[in-house]
Amino acid sequence: GFYTAQHLVKRASNPEASRTNVSEESLCTWQPWLARTAPGPYQIKFIYVQVDIYERLPVPFGLVRFGVAPDHPEVKNVINTFTQTAQHARCSFHGNVRVGKDVTVEELQEAYHAVVLSYGAEGNRTMGVPGEDLAGVYSAKDFVGWYNGLPRNSELRPDLSCETAVILGQGNVALDVARILLSPVDILKKTDITQHALDALAESSVRRVLIVGRRGPLQVACTIKELREMVNLPGTRPEMEASEFEGIAETLKSLARPRKRLTELLLKAAIETPGEEELERRNRAERAWGFRFLRKPLEVLPSTDLIRAAGIRLAVNRLEGDGEGVRAVATGEVEDVECGLVISSIGYKSLLIDPAVPFDARKAIIPNTMGRVQQTAGLYCSGWVKRGPTGVIATTMNDSFDTARTLLQDIGKGTLDVSTVKPGSQGVSTLLEKRGVKPVSFSDWEKIDSEETRRGEIKGKPREKMLDVGEMLQVARA
Amino acid sequence: MSVASASIQFFTRLLRYRTKCAVPFHAASRILISPYLPQVFGGNKVLLGTCAQPLRSEEKVTVYFINRDGRKITTSSAKGDSLLDLVVEQNLDIEGFGACEGTLACSTCHVILDQKVYNQLGPITDEENDMLDLAFGLTDTSRLGCQVCLSRDLEGITVRVPDRVNDMRRSDDAGPTL
Repeated sequence: GFYTAQHLVKRASNPEASRTNVSEESLCTWQPWLARTAPGPYQIKFIYVQVDIYERLPVPFGLVRFGVAPDHPEVKNVINTFTQTAQHARCSFHGNVRVGKDVTVEELQEAYHAVVLSYGAEGNRTMGVPGEDLAGVYSAKDFVGWYNGLPRNSELRPDLSCETAVILGQGNVALDVARILLSPVDILKKTDITQHALDALAESSVRRVLIVGRRGPLQVACTIKELREMVNLPGTRPEMEASEFEGIAETLKSLARPRKRLTELLLKAAIETPGEEELERRNRAERAWGFRFLRKPLEVLPSTDLIRAAGIRLAVNRLEGDGEGVRAVATGEVEDVECGLVISSIGYKSLLIDPAVPFDARKAIIPNTMGRVQQTAGLYCSGWVKRGPTGVIATTMNDSFDTARTLLQDIGKGTLDVSTVKPGSQGVSTLLEKRGVKPVSFSDWEKIDSEETRRGEIKGKPREKMLDVGEMLQVARA
Repeated sequence: MSVASASIQFFTRLLRYRTKCAVPFHAASRILISPYLPQVFGGNKVLLGTCAQPLRSEEKVTVYFINRDGRKITTSSAKGDSLLDLVVEQNLDIEGFGACEGTLACSTCHVILDQKVYNQLGPITDEENDMLDLAFGLTDTSRLGCQVCLSRDLEGITVRVPDRVNDMRRSDDAGPTL
């Protein structure tokens, strides 16, 4: 989101700037650059772009605030860049505005020359199995939202009174959840994890976390950093079945470097005999975690009172094919695992924001070509809603720059018509005022930010996030 | 790096474009969008000082960067620790470089060095290798710029900034899916 804005504001003021190493500042004293837009006379052309960012919540930064795990604060350093973008003279932030409700995409298109949709993926893929609605079953999306202070998940109150938790999915989100469930509270209490989550985890009885995937060890979707964090997690030991790793060591030499290193670490944790020191550490550990492979959920089994989850029934798979075409195929066998907490971490999903926006319901993305929304001039998209909900921050960052580049190219080529004067945020403000919607500015957010930081300081945390939108608005307007 | 969330937020970005003939730059903002700022949010680990022997202020090291578009940037530093520090301090126009600000939480400061220079440098930690695994176009002489410490031995080196991913392949071997 902010990355698309960053590129637009920085590059549009002088598209040629991307081809020199001159900063914007020194450009003030340079001769105007020359641009040729078509064969013909040279034109002296200065363009600049005003970017307005609309956000549903009063607080900005999206997944960086609500998705990145509390014990990964360095990942959140990107907020500094976002802050710079937001504070740029030609960028402004408008929080507390629900696009699709408070203002429609069509209205935005009337007010602006171009609209970029970067609203991510707020839904999640469901397991689609019986028992999914029992107490004790959560989507990773909601569980992460709960410990990260997403207002709509503040009342989740997950029941952590069981011994075993089963997580479906083996990506980084699944590992985040496992790590938060098993981390010593002494570590968590110094992070920006929400207080209610901290209190719940301090009382948690969860001692064992199984991270279950449909396919095999070579298909785990997590990255090595997160796996290494599990391996090194204080007070925990890995517990895995050696039989699930048969034949894996032999494949190592044919693997590309990232997969090879990841698999080596996995094998080391799963089947290698530990040295004396590590053995002792594992014997002292009170909590355990492990991957389980070739298992797919069939049903969440209820407790005797039929209210909560008491177990999960898994279909046993085998693998067919090889390389990228490896598929999981049911064997017919079934396995039941006792557990009181089931967290499904099998993927996010974008949702439709406005009926005027084309949407591919099957792929759950906005149909587009290089960020240009199909069949709709002046509409663009970037990030997860454009490519699907995968990739690390750098992936999405690059994608955002690509969309911004596409947009600027369209201006340069004339395919995006910018010749008429558009009202921009003035036009939208008028509509919002009529509808009783009061946007939150970036400096309003800074008041919320200060207050959260202040509250956190008292407890030795980087911040104590506000959980209630009403409270956020109160502080913003103070 | 995991970016997982139950996020419900929308980011809609809007754009208004104006063409002008006059020079408005003196009136335009002079705020540069740099990937590096002193921390405004407390609690984030910043691993500045990975370099044990920062250059003294009178020492200058000249480094040649080959940017993604092939253009050469000549720069020299009188202080600073790593290649990332140099990029930041000299405000080099390398988009998206150093997103995590040198904390080994991303791969955006990925650089490619000459074999000789690569061999000169110290051993690579697991943590750096873990992040390098995510870098597009990884080579046998790749390093993360935030971990390459400037010293007089690096005077006159050429550092190549490789291209980034344009299409995220979903191959198992290409890297993470989330």
